[in-house]
Amino acid sequence: MTPRFTCAARATFTALTLACIATLGHAQQAKLKVGLMLPYSGTYTALGVAIENGFKLRVEEQGGKLGGREIEYVKVDDESDPSKATDNVNKLIKRDNVDVIVGTVHSGVAMAMAKAAKESGTILIVPNAGADAVTGPMCAPNIFRSSFTNWQPAYAMGEVAARQEKKKKAITITWKYAAGDEAVNGFKEGFEKNGGQVSKQLNVPFPNVEFQALLTEIAAAKPDAVFAFFAGGGAVKFVKDYAAAGLNKTIPLYGPGFLTDGTLDAQGDAAQGILTALHYADGLNTPRDTSFRTAYAKMFKLQPDVYAVQGYDAAQMLGIGLAAVKGDISKKAEFAAAIEKTKIDSPRGAFSISKSHNPVQDIYLRKVEGKENKMISIASKALADPARGCRM
Amino acid sequence: MELGTFLVQCLNAVQYGLLLFLVASGLTLIFGIMGVINLAHGSFYMLGAYMAFALAPLFGDQFIVMLLAGVVLAAVFGYLLEWAFFSYLYQRDHLQQVLMTYGLILMFEEVRSILVGNDVHGVKAPPWLEGSFALGDLMSYPWYRLFASAACIVLAAALYFVVNRTRLGMMIRAGGSNRDMVRGLGIDIRKLYRIVFAAGVALAALAGMIAAPMSSVYPGMGASVLIVCFVVVVIGGIGSITGALVASLLVGFVDTFGKVLFAEVSGMGIYVLMAIVLIWRPEGLMGRRA
Repeated sequence: MTPRFTCAARATFTALTLACIATLGHAQQAKLKVGLMLPYSGTYTALGVAIENGFKLRVEEQGGKLGGREIEYVKVDDESDPSKATDNVNKLIKRDNVDVIVGTVHSGVAMAMAKAAKESGTILIVPNAGADAVTGPMCAPNIFRSSFTNWQPAYAMGEVAARQEKKKKAITITWKYAAGDEAVNGFKEGFEKNGGQVSKQLNVPFPNVEFQALLTEIAAAKPDAVFAFFAGGGAVKFVKDYAAAGLNKTIPLYGPGFLTDGTLDAQGDAAQGILTALHYADGLNTPRDTSFRTAYAKMFKLQPDVYAVQGYDAAQMLGIGLAAVKGDISKKAEFAAAIEKTKIDSPRGAFSISKSHNPVQDIYLRKVEGKENKMISIASKALADPARGCRM
Repeated sequence: MELGTFLVQCLNAVQYGLLLFLVASGLTLIFGIMGVINLAHGSFYMLGAYMAFALAPLFGDQFIVMLLAGVVLAAVFGYLLEWAFFSYLYQRDHLQQVLMTYGLILMFEEVRSILVGNDVHGVKAPPWLEGSFALGDLMSYPWYRLFASAACIVLAAALYFVVNRTRLGMMIRAGGSNRDMVRGLGIDIRKLYRIVFAAGVALAALAGMIAAPMSSVYPGMGASVLIVCFVVVVIGGIGSITGALVASLLVGFVDTFGKVLFAEVSGMGIYVLMAIVLIWRPEGLMGRRA
């Protein structure tokens, strides 16, 4: 063997080894594909953007990685349209091969996503849509929620309205779709268990915002209270119309927090004094919340809202699960077990995840003061959704 | 239902019906006279609402001046649109018209999204129309909605007068029933079409501007109004202004009282009405028998 040949062999060997190491390193650091399926148009646009911001804030805080893996985003606008939901979610699962799906706001769309996730086994984290069924009859080991069920804040509001506010007769009003139905039924359950009575349930087709005929009806029936479920642009419209009809002076308006969250700038004076129940509030003043709010405001030049918190916690839950399986998302059982075991250190206050994969959390009673949904008390401590119909 | 409530609900129904009429009358004229199925008609309503959103802060108190300015802008826009697109559509079959005008919807939505984004906006009613009109203890009704109804009534009357009592109206009606005859009489049918089209666009945009303070301004608002307007046109009879008026009011009442009395199935009401009318009179209430 000539020294010259040895030299060439050594060089080749070294090059090969380096190439191998590089490939190995690459395999370990393959990016984790996160499919964000959120509303980027329509009445829920602002909500979708806040969720994405919250999620990205958490990922940024962790240096762009969760569980050691870099995150790559694939975005789809779900248009809050249930009829397009199956197509959209299948695009993410089959065409883009995402590892995790995060979405969405509209309950009807989320139901289609849960079905697709259940069939394909893809991990799904729902950062808003409160459809009871997602963690009820549809519940599955790979489906999680970082938000709430529609039942939760509405039930708590019903209890407060009957017990604390001593209201006897109430009317509910909502958009006629899953989330609306579940919210008003949750309110009815909490309200009637504590001695109140819901005398009438009004609704309009989603996303219709022509409320005049129904407001006339409310004015005529003169109930002690009105419970309304609307969100986004529809909530702005409803609260303003309610005030314009002069009803806010005579009949108190209650709602789950979505009625006034992220919409107070637009609602202005019309919203003052409205009581709502939600798992998040302004003025919590905990160190955790303050640091979250500062970081969010710095990164996006915007004040965060409940949707941002839910997006942020979706990333936290994904991070916890990934850390437990060292980035190997195919280990679904360990992934789920890790999330079920922990307390999530959320800006809203620490919460745990129930067996059906829904947050068990405090529901706050809040009052609109200026441009804030000020926390006034805890309406219900560590409230768990009954998860009716979940077998897991 | 108490008398006061009943009266207020009737006012709600009339107000909604009249607003629909403004949009539907343009739709039915354009279809009845030029034979063009214009799916993009709802976009003109949306255009009006967004114009109100953009113009209202500039005009402040001068709401009526704003409406007039908006109508002129919309009519010019309609005139140009007819020249650029619709004038090529008359000789085409309905499938091509539907495809083309659907394409226009997508284009308008995209332009809107680029120019003003996808948020939902509110438009303030002018200060002099704030508050409610009260009739003792019996009822009270927002001034703005009364104004909206009044404005629609004035327009409906003007439209009726133009179509039924003027030379232009005579040509329009003749154009609707026999195009070749009108052409044979030496009337410039292209010009006539262009005027009718511009008027249709202006009416829809005006409805959008009037509706803006009542029903907010949001993406896709054109599509939802378009569907209801097609229901109105089908019920009223294609090409008939009087039919459109009667059908609009019918739809207004069915929708309003359906919402209140049959909340669970309120979304279906107007379609049931359409089905009943079609069984009874397939050509629509005021349509000509084919």
